[in-house]
Amino acid sequence: MAIEVRIPTILRTYTGGAKAVDATGATLEELIGDLESRHPGLKDRLVDDAGLRRFVNVYLNDEDVRFLGGLGTPVADGDTVTVLPAVAGGAR
Amino acid sequence: MPYGEAMLTISRELADTIVAHARADHPDEACGVVAGPAGSDRPERFVPMENAERSPTFYRFDSMEQFRVWREMDDRDEEPVVIYHSHTATEAYPSRTDVSYASEPNAHYVLVSTATDDVEFRSYRIVDGVITEEQVKIVEAYG
Repeated sequence: MAIEVRIPTILRTYTGGAKAVDATGATLEELIGDLESRHPGLKDRLVDDAGLRRFVNVYLNDEDVRFLGGLGTPVADGDTVTVLPAVAGGAR
Repeated sequence: MPYGEAMLTISRELADTIVAHARADHPDEACGVVAGPAGSDRPERFVPMENAERSPTFYRFDSMEQFRVWREMDDRDEEPVVIYHSHTATEAYPSRTDVSYASEPNAHYVLVSTATDDVEFRSYRIVDGVITEEQVKIVEAYG
């Protein structure tokens, strides 16, 4: 078994158009490292030097990982990780 | 021709509902989506979203609400056909912030300005940082 990662439309250029891909790891950080090895370029869209990018939402099952442990959040086989770009903007 | 071939076709009822939401939340920015069947380009289901920032100059969907709404669209084989928000003191044109966070290349980005009594309602495509304004065709019903 592996962890299913659901990919938003805008990032499917990195996954050959796939809506969901499998990855492994014990934490979200490891999972993103594994994703990068299979889909180069994806990591940079998810994290920066400070951690998870501010305008990317990552969910473990039904929870926003910001309310769990961020990149250190433990993940396990059978979990689903969902990536959604934040919808945001404004007048300036 | 001021516009290219791109066009948003939307029912009068939905357009009025978006404007009513923008007016109700003024002076804060209002935001939401109109979902429609995937690939149809037809906005059908109005989903107002909470502006987690509650700000007159910024909006951001609440992350948990966005998760629920996006999953619901997925389950119903829908996509966000329209993503709308209001500008409350400036014109209905995408700001630099709007462009930098635009993340749904298939969506019509609708901007409503409540800066004056005569509400502006305009629509754009925002792909790879490029803004393309499109014509808005308001219809009584979809044919």
